[in-house]
Amino acid sequence: MTRPQTQNKLAAFFIWTAGLVILGAFALIIGDIVWRGFSGFELSFLTEDPADAGRAGGIRSLLAATALILLVCLAATLPVGLLTGIFLAEYTAGGGRFAPLVRRSLDTLAGVPSIVFGLFGNAVFAHLLGLRISILTGGLTLAIMVLPFFIRSAEESLRSLPASFSQAADALGLSRLTFYGKIALPAALPGLMIGLVLGLGRALAETAALIFTSGYVTRLPESLLDSGRTLSIHILDLALNVPGGGENAYRTALVLVVLLFAINAALMALTRFSPSYRDYR
Amino acid sequence: MTARTLTLLAILAAAAAAIFFFLSPSSEDGEKTRLTLTGSSTIAPLALEIAKRYEEQNGNVRIDVETGGSSRGMADARKGLADIGMVSRSLKADEADLTGHLLARDGVGIIVHASNPIEAITGAEVVSIYKREITSWETLGGPNAGIVLIHKAEGRSTLEVFLDHFKLDNPSIKPDVIVGDNEQGIKTVAANPHGIGYVSIGTAEVAIENGAAIKLVKLDGVEASTATVADGSFPMARELNLVTHGEISEKADAFLAFAQSAEVDDLIKGQSFVPPRR
Amino acid sequence: MSRRAADRLFLFSLRSAALAAALALVFVTFFVGYEALPALQEAGITAFLADASWHPVSGAFGLLPMVLGSLAVSLLALVLAAPLGLGAALFESFYAPPLLRGFFQRAVELLAGIPSVVYGLWGLVILVPLIAKHLAAPGTSILAAGLVLAIMILPTMALFSSAALAAIPAEQHRAATALGLSKWAALRTVLLPAAWRGIVTGLFLAFARALGETMAVLMVAGNVPQLPSSLLDPVRTLTANIALEMAYATGAHRHALFFSGFLVMAVTLLLVTLAGRSERQEGRT
Repeated sequence: MTRPQTQNKLAAFFIWTAGLVILGAFALIIGDIVWRGFSGFELSFLTEDPADAGRAGGIRSLLAATALILLVCLAATLPVGLLTGIFLAEYTAGGGRFAPLVRRSLDTLAGVPSIVFGLFGNAVFAHLLGLRISILTGGLTLAIMVLPFFIRSAEESLRSLPASFSQAADALGLSRLTFYGKIALPAALPGLMIGLVLGLGRALAETAALIFTSGYVTRLPESLLDSGRTLSIHILDLALNVPGGGENAYRTALVLVVLLFAINAALMALTRFSPSYRDYR
Repeated sequence: MTARTLTLLAILAAAAAAIFFFLSPSSEDGEKTRLTLTGSSTIAPLALEIAKRYEEQNGNVRIDVETGGSSRGMADARKGLADIGMVSRSLKADEADLTGHLLARDGVGIIVHASNPIEAITGAEVVSIYKREITSWETLGGPNAGIVLIHKAEGRSTLEVFLDHFKLDNPSIKPDVIVGDNEQGIKTVAANPHGIGYVSIGTAEVAIENGAAIKLVKLDGVEASTATVADGSFPMARELNLVTHGEISEKADAFLAFAQSAEVDDLIKGQSFVPPRR
Repeated sequence: MSRRAADRLFLFSLRSAALAAALALVFVTFFVGYEALPALQEAGITAFLADASWHPVSGAFGLLPMVLGSLAVSLLALVLAAPLGLGAALFESFYAPPLLRGFFQRAVELLAGIPSVVYGLWGLVILVPLIAKHLAAPGTSILAAGLVLAIMILPTMALFSSAALAAIPAEQHRAATALGLSKWAALRTVLLPAAWRGIVTGLFLAFARALGETMAVLMVAGNVPQLPSSLLDPVRTLTANIALEMAYATGAHRHALFFSGFLVMAVTLLLVTLAGRSERQEGRT
């Protein structure tokens, strides 16, 4: 048995190593992407459409497709998510068996691997409902994927409101609809925005759920039934399928990572905006 | 402030909903006709060029080209998911429900890394390499290094043409890397100095022009090039077909006629394929 | 409309939305299962286990190589990431100088948010050529996939472990220090046992994430469906198999891919349930 002193030192050594390994990995990966992505990066990369299978040109049409997919995702998640969030916040105590069942089901949904959502979207939206491989199919698939995350933060932000709000509304004889529309939702807005931004981040980073739902077409989409390629799929395609596509893959990765960091920064700003959310995430 | 934030949220939702509703139905009854082509990654770049020219001449058509392998091209054409499928081999007897439209001819060539001294290979050697009887380049007069075997995923007609030609049985092949698209095959060989693979000669020639670090080797003494495919001397040649299923729309018919006309010969040559005799 | 009627309508829409949200899981399970079913009928469940290899076009549906591939890659990632992730959490909570701490937290969170294709790109461009040069060509292998996955699940492991450590009342730590225990002894005998359940939750979730990951693995694992004999052999995982072949799979082949998707979902959901159970038990103690 080693002496406690030595053990203590060994443990400290190991723990410092673990910490430094993470910092090293962070520096290595981010550094690699920033360094390679920035070399030869020009603003025209953002305003031109890809040419020559992505080796030349930029990513304008992909930015448009990505934005459209996110909008579809948002349009589908927002109403269902908000209402479910209100439901769960409203019926937590003594809400019968239904609310816990919903919560359990959503928690499980959050654990489903993204490729399985891709299979589902392909089978149901693309084939069964006849939406083909399109932005609509991709956006709806993503909506189901981010739904649990949005609902959870919506529920928590509504529940973190002081109970006196609700009591005061009852005392004033306000209907629940008025209470939520005029008081609760505005007050919980920062929390709702956090959920939204969190979901957007997840959707933006997703690839596996989109490869056979939104497709590979690099042209500027003209309708939601067009196939559209997102930034993440573009990176995959350039890295795997295009000889000489490495440089533009890194540039696209840089744009994607910068977008995600911006989302992260927005999240932090929102967190500061709402004190009850300091420990969230 | 509460009213403003609520309005903001409502506007956001409304905007999303508006885009949702305005964009999706308008496309159905819009005046633009849409044609979808899916299938072989060998044909896709050529189909894209032909589609571009066709769109320039006929303003109100939009043609989308997606890759996924010949099997998908046939399946999508059958199911109506695509108007036209792209199949980079001749149709088999049991595929008579599809109508083939010959687009061009191409060969499947053996490629190695540009730094590999090997210039020629025989069919028997290819078989031995893919059966793992030859495992080092030294046996073939190359460097003393293990051969990295690059093979294609199932459902790709380049694979079928390759297996057919060499009478190989796919389960007996134990590759090091399995790739999908032609381009991925080229990229993988370019990244592996001791790799060997097989791809469309047309795609390989274009890639070499673009500076990919690969080269086509002679097969059984015949140069692997567009020229030998054109004069019929290259042994591993194939058809590039567009396929349709059942009745097709006027628009699709017009596009097929255009794709099979001499007007696209320069595009076919530009992709290093061989125009059919017209 | 009277207030009561409005409220009733409001409640009705709340209920319907919640029902729709809860049914999402049922729909996903049902349709993936429904598309997988014909594979069981056509090929039979034994074919997935007994067929020697995966050559669906020739009618061989052996999933075993890919099941083992998924397990090998994920276990390697877990073995690498678990101690490092725990160490990183201890570092953040007890060892890091205050100045470094905030930055460290940010770095871990950002690492958790980086898209998997970006990890894959990095693995393909940096890691794979390194392995090819120093260990064995072509470099796409279990090792490469395990390393990339390990970096990906490291933040999950670290975030859950530090959350578990943070949940322990500060008095426990102070009491242990007051007893004269050294820093490590206090951690080992008091804090780690108290945080154990939370750490195990993180372990389950990290494993589930590794099993379910697709893109990064697809890019660096080599994708040969074979029984691996060494860490440097290429493998194909169940998820990569779907991504690779789904685009052109038809008939029984397509159904077999849905079956493998169903399999991955079943295993990850089992892990997530175990994680949830461990979390709830922690809540009770």
